[in-house]
Amino acid sequence: MSELIFDKSRSGRRCTAIPKCGLDEAAIPPEFKRSEKASLPEVAEVDLTRHYVNLSRKAYGVDNGFYPLGSCTMKYNPKVDEDAAELRGFNDIHPLQPSYTVQGALYAMDTLTKYLCEITGMDALTLQPAAGAHGEFTALSLIKAYLLDHGETKRDKLIVPDSAHGTNPASAAMCGFTVINVPSTPEGLVDIELLKNAVGDDTAALMLTNPNTAGKFDINIKEIADIIHGAGGLLYYDGANLNAVMGIVRPGDMGFDAVHLNLHKTFATPHGGGGPGSGPVGCKSILAPYLPGYTVKKDADGKFVFDRAEKTIGMMRSFYGNFLVCIKALSYIMTLGAEGIREAAENAVLNANYLMEKLKDTYDVPFKGTCMHEFVMCLEGLKKETGITASDVAKELIDMGIHPPTMYFPLIVHEALMLEPTETESRETLDNAVEALKKIYVMAHETPDILKAAPKTTPIGRPDETTAVRHPVLRA
Amino acid sequence: MLRGIGMTDIGDLFASIPDELKLKDKLDLPDPKTEFEVMDALSAAAEQNKIFKSCFRGAGAYRHFIPSVVKRLVSREEFVTAYTPYQAEMSQGVLQTIFEYQTTVCALTGMDVSNAGVYDGAQAAAEAVKMYKDKKRQKTVVSAAVRPMTLETIATYCNSAGTSLVVVPTKNGVTDIDALKAALDGDAASFYFEQPNYYGLVENAAEIIDAVHAAGAKAIMGCEPVSLALLKTPAEYGADAAVGEAQPLGMPLSFGGPYLGFMAVKTSDMRKLPGRIVGKTADDDGRDAYVLTLQAREQHIRREKASSSICSNEALCALTATIYCAALGKEGLCEVASQCHTKAVYAAEKICSVDGFKMKFDGFFFNEFVTTCPADTGAVMKALESKDILGGLPVKIDGEDCILWCVTEVNTAQEIELLKNVLEEAVK
Repeated sequence: MSELIFDKSRSGRRCTAIPKCGLDEAAIPPEFKRSEKASLPEVAEVDLTRHYVNLSRKAYGVDNGFYPLGSCTMKYNPKVDEDAAELRGFNDIHPLQPSYTVQGALYAMDTLTKYLCEITGMDALTLQPAAGAHGEFTALSLIKAYLLDHGETKRDKLIVPDSAHGTNPASAAMCGFTVINVPSTPEGLVDIELLKNAVGDDTAALMLTNPNTAGKFDINIKEIADIIHGAGGLLYYDGANLNAVMGIVRPGDMGFDAVHLNLHKTFATPHGGGGPGSGPVGCKSILAPYLPGYTVKKDADGKFVFDRAEKTIGMMRSFYGNFLVCIKALSYIMTLGAEGIREAAENAVLNANYLMEKLKDTYDVPFKGTCMHEFVMCLEGLKKETGITASDVAKELIDMGIHPPTMYFPLIVHEALMLEPTETESRETLDNAVEALKKIYVMAHETPDILKAAPKTTPIGRPDETTAVRHPVLRA
Repeated sequence: MLRGIGMTDIGDLFASIPDELKLKDKLDLPDPKTEFEVMDALSAAAEQNKIFKSCFRGAGAYRHFIPSVVKRLVSREEFVTAYTPYQAEMSQGVLQTIFEYQTTVCALTGMDVSNAGVYDGAQAAAEAVKMYKDKKRQKTVVSAAVRPMTLETIATYCNSAGTSLVVVPTKNGVTDIDALKAALDGDAASFYFEQPNYYGLVENAAEIIDAVHAAGAKAIMGCEPVSLALLKTPAEYGADAAVGEAQPLGMPLSFGGPYLGFMAVKTSDMRKLPGRIVGKTADDDGRDAYVLTLQAREQHIRREKASSSICSNEALCALTATIYCAALGKEGLCEVASQCHTKAVYAAEKICSVDGFKMKFDGFFFNEFVTTCPADTGAVMKALESKDILGGLPVKIDGEDCILWCVTEVNTAQEIELLKNVLEEAVK
């Protein structure tokens, strides 16, 4: 039963009518006209509604249940943020309206920019990037422009720890940099000796997530910053994990020169099944002259106007960013205030440590000691003992009503499950997840076949992904 | 909970962070606000923005009618609060909607394969340009008649990658074919043009694509999706890739975002596409199943060798476009497109009946067009604004002050009549 909306189409059936034109139709000349109408569905409104309501029941969001997806910060998305973003005064304004008719929008952009600079310890910021990876590409483009502008034409190497998100090396490659992967220490931190060997007069920058994907704050961050800056390179902060430390320590104070944020992670805007997100980029003043797009400033009369940076790298996309997502993030920060921002980080870290503490005697936690907002479990031993993989555990969790953790990441841990509970989960929710994971551990030893056959409660069982790749069917 | 993990103070959790780096003071942010106060403050900000009763401005962002059913269905919390559908079994709803989106894009463009969407139309163009560069062919060629922000986005992507960009000039508002042929040498990877172009004109796409293919390069056609209901498709013209801004398909103007970029190609190029792609397969019991597929192109597998770094895209906007197209349906979208064109032709006649306003170009246009302006464009805009009308976008073409007008199905004949009257008054 997975009929497509196209399968429900019946010739002549209609949903939305538009008012009559009232003018004689202007014909399209035959040489410009398509030969056949596009085969879009023809459905009644009731059938359209039922189709998508029923599909929504085959989806799972934070509003359905616990979602400890590591590095994705699946915190609850407050409803007031949605209402704020639905205000007509934000929705029905054209991006090319004169600035004096959109003072409220510019005020909102300016305010959010200031708040995010304060939270990150940066001097300037662009709201233009549409997502985290877009922010990475933007920040690296800034760094490249800065280096070239300073005659540093030989700096073409970008250093990336092997624990980094895949987007880091991919964004680096888009900027024409050669990626130097630096292995991590057994503790999951940057290997200082290897880093020293990797830097040189060809170093453009280091990309670092701190806390990193092992859930660890890199205690050597000052030394790392000194090594990179000493070699003439810059430091870039992947803000995917900022939720752990906001209000406690700032990337700008750690020595970073540029940072991207994921408003759809740290600042509670919903993920929408994969977007729209928003990936603002903050930077120190040395990079500010290169910022892309349009920044907001006040003119002599105190009115907000758009401005362009003096040596701007140009546009990363049309217009000013995912504006409505920015409104949601602004609403979130206004709600939390200074105390709330810090408290969110504290509770995120507390929840992660609570979960880890309760699980560490059952599952192998390779990186010892206090974690930040997330931690990694290694299921290699369990797999050797029982044949049960990280994926099998994840699928059984689905049957228990919990969204699985991130699987097989970071790449430095085999059979990894990465858990990030976030601050918005109650103790009861965490206890329930602990119970589920402990039960699965017992099942792995006693009834492994059940785990291998999971999930059973979902509309489908495990899909055949190999056939999907070998014989791609990508549309109806 | 702290005691449960053997700690007494919340600060103990952050012992690994060197003290000298930690914030000494509270962040300089306002005090927390209640929901009531937040809505009060943001409503006040929203009210400072002027919502024009009539809008004759497009240039990359378009006001169309959005049926209630679209917003209601897209707002289902299960869709809104889900992550990227990594766990297929519990995400069939999201995955199927993406598959339906891909099918919708293929239906509109006539192309074989669509991805799950990218950030917006400009970035879709930049991604398409990137897709066709290889070791031998690194140069990108772009028509000067594309939207300025799209051109600037392509330029940024090329600059960062360290590859060259050549802009082909226009002739009477459309791409100069002779200049295009001259620009297409053995280094040219692709040519990007828009249909209709920035000035609203329909390009001679057949001749352009022939020239591009004769030079061994790829043709990327930037399309306006509503016009595709009536106009010849990129597939019919033989384009290699179709990209565009899907905002007109159910997304409000929202001051420029979130919007949605669509990308579709021929089957032979499907493994070059950036971003997510959903495929149909089966589960162990033979039930239809949808999965993220062809992931060997993507950053989490290929890292620095990936086709793009894109991860999060605009999934909810893709759902919006899908539901919008289904709500309007096969006939309804044609009616929308036909009204856009009909009313634009009517508006062009009315505007040009005012003394001193003339069509800048004589080619066939869809729903945007450029006129000259006999008075100061700023003063004309002010006059329109006083009647609650957002006029066309003032643009300078060859040193001449012109106006780029846009008309859609939501503009009525009465509005157009009023527009004409105000213009008459303004230039008197």
